Amino acid sequence: MFKLKLFKEKKQKDFSRAERGILVFENTSEVIQAQKLLLANDWKIRVMGPPPEIQSGCDLVIEFPLIQELNILRLLEKSGIDPVETVPVTDPLLQPVDLFHIKDFGRFLMIRAANMKITVEKRSRLIVNVSGGGCPDVPYLASILVGKTMAQAPNPLDIGHTLCGYALGLAFKEMQKKCLQW
Amino acid sequence: MLAVVGTVPDLDFPLTVGRVDMVENRLSIDGKHVPVNRGTPALLGAMVNTLKVLGPRDITGFIAGDIGLGHGSRSLYRYLVEKGSQIDFNTIVFHYLQPDVDWHNKIVFMLNDLKKKPLLIADAGFMYAAKMSGQAQFYDLFTPDVGELSFLADEAAPHPFYTRGFILHDDNKIPDLISRAYLHGNAAKNLLVKGATDFIADKSGVTFWVDSPIAEAMEAMGGTGDTITGIVTALAGTGMKIPKAAAIAAKVNRLAGFFANPTPATQVGEIIRHIPHALEKVLKESYGQ
Repeated sequence: MFKLKLFKEKKQKDFSRAERGILVFENTSEVIQAQKLLLANDWKIRVMGPPPEIQSGCDLVIEFPLIQELNILRLLEKSGIDPVETVPVTDPLLQPVDLFHIKDFGRFLMIRAANMKITVEKRSRLIVNVSGGGCPDVPYLASILVGKTMAQAPNPLDIGHTLCGYALGLAFKEMQKKCLQW
Repeated sequence: MLAVVGTVPDLDFPLTVGRVDMVENRLSIDGKHVPVNRGTPALLGAMVNTLKVLGPRDITGFIAGDIGLGHGSRSLYRYLVEKGSQIDFNTIVFHYLQPDVDWHNKIVFMLNDLKKKPLLIADAGFMYAAKMSGQAQFYDLFTPDVGELSFLADEAAPHPFYTRGFILHDDNKIPDLISRAYLHGNAAKNLLVKGATDFIADKSGVTFWVDSPIAEAMEAMGGTGDTITGIVTALAGTGMKIPKAAAIAAKVNRLAGFFANPTPATQVGEIIRHIPHALEKVLKESYGQ
């Protein structure tokens, strides 16, 4: 039998914080509307006071499972309740990745956002590969996107479910911009 | 038992536990068939083809359908927590699973209760959960790509999506990111970093790297990271030490890619097909076997 030294109650609380995010809204009324909507859709959320780092928004925030950010934002957007800001609980100053790595293979162009990459054949705008990522919607999104043109393919932001899907959506958007330049 | 825990992108694929085979380029697990494509099926395909050379050895798959909603992943977590203590694990690779720190910690408790700790390899979503939990050092090997290494190196990031720009920046050298990941306790005992150059590292830093042959297009191909994780898992599952297994896996994956002569549009099945030939060549030329 071997021993695990790392588990302490305090640390356990930190663990669960690491995968939570905060939705910040303009006003309390929006917080209440969003809370009703999310609870009605079985999301595990709770209304809390904001951390001191968040300077803007109202005096209530909604804590939610961060990995599901894309799903939750999509639901809120459909109902016209857009949060002002979405940030991780662990460090509310963190921002989603906005740095894109672009690699030109000549006939093909690859764009990486965070851990996700999309590659398109320039002439046909055909999506030839999707790679990277670790959440289970990545193979799912790849199976839908690969083999379609950028015009035919659904936006990963509309059909993805996790933060990997969100990152792929950002790479997809960047690729759409590039396509306009060819 | 050489075990693979992961998902396939099919909502209707039930929780399935069974021996994995590959028949005519399709994986078979407990009578159910899965096409060999990116993700856990690519990892399994690479393992099957590696073991064709190393000698017969069963792979047991713990597989469920999941398209990102987390249901399949949670059914796998629950199964392992409830039944894991009755299973004789030798090596386990955790792969495309919905990152979930609570379930991750329950798995760690289960593993902690086993009489003998198996060799533990984590990649993809489960690696994210392991890092988020603060227990990366519990694992024997992580196999990140460069983007994921940046996430491991960023002690504040809860997911690669939130990796800070100054860490993600191209100018950061991979050995520096590796050092930073170890500094904050966010790397496993060993790292195999997959990229244009593959780096093998431990807490002392980079111990080995492989930069040839080069098939540049592999960076764009989905599943080439999964195949290298599959190869190293199969090798380590035979009892080979992880640094050696990682070095061989990196060489074999690159050589299989080279044999496939890929473009960025090539699919990973082409690489998997060439693994047996590549492995035979690497073992013969580098190790006289």
